[in-house]
Amino acid sequence: MKCSEFLQELTNYLDGVLDDKTKAELENHLSWCHNCYVVCDTTKKTIEIYRDSQLYELPEDLRSRLRSAIMQKCQQHKKRGPQSV
Amino acid sequence: MGAIQNKVTAPPSEELALVQAAKRGDDSAFEELVRRYDRNVFRIAQHITQNREDAEDVVQEAFLKAYGNLAQFQEQSKFYTWLVRIAVNEALMKLRRRKPERTVSLDEDIKTEDDSLPREIADWSPNPEQQYTQAELREILSKTIQGLPPGFRTVFVLRDVEGLSTEETAAALELSVPAVKSRLLRARLQLRDRLGKYFQRGARGNGKNSDATSGDGNQ
Repeated sequence: MKCSEFLQELTNYLDGVLDDKTKAELENHLSWCHNCYVVCDTTKKTIEIYRDSQLYELPEDLRSRLRSAIMQKCQQHKKRGPQSV
Repeated sequence: MGAIQNKVTAPPSEELALVQAAKRGDDSAFEELVRRYDRNVFRIAQHITQNREDAEDVVQEAFLKAYGNLAQFQEQSKFYTWLVRIAVNEALMKLRRRKPERTVSLDEDIKTEDDSLPREIADWSPNPEQQYTQAELREILSKTIQGLPPGFRTVFVLRDVEGLSTEETAAALELSVPAVKSRLLRARLQLRDRLGKYFQRGARGNGKNSDATSGDGNQ
């Protein structure tokens, strides 16, 4: 397996959706190719950092303000009838 | 090196019961759906628009549209996927309005040649995120993802931040599964490449092993 082939399968590998044979080939490649090992490891880390980052959390006060506004507009919509959105 | 774990979403039957109650006019059921997904919609919207006021508008507009069109929701897909689709469209519209000089589309022609082949292969420090304060880290992550084309960051945020499956992401964005996979791969590799600047060994004066790129493959 070449590095470019490894890279093509990287997303499937990280998502755990490869068949056993391809997975074994990839892991064999990883066992001797340091560059691909680093790319794979740091890509996985990238995903984990973003997933765990709590970037753009909705603050509670803003959250309840938005929810009230939404429900209020829904009520108005209901009164006006179904053509108003 | 194992596969990454996805977030678990609510059981579909519970969601469906709420949707059906909301369709019958039960607004408290709809409010429960808002409570359930408002954080996700806000996060997705801010990732796409990169602007907080726009994200707030998108949350309101998306839920209001969902409310107004609930009768048309066929219940063949998950409500959440349907809602995400509405929210993504609203967010892209905001982005187009804000940046009219640039075409903003999920179908924009993205170079398919080796544009995202890793350029930097230097290893990262162990727990690189801990070298920064929470605020610094958020700044780094936000700046880094802003640099991706909207079509890439949208796929990344749905798949990797929100934990939608590839099929759900494809349905929400009206893209094919191969298109989602190819964008996701390139988004992940580009983010990895850009984050390397901050997270490589020695990137923040930790002084340890700054020459650690000469590995021997025996990890």
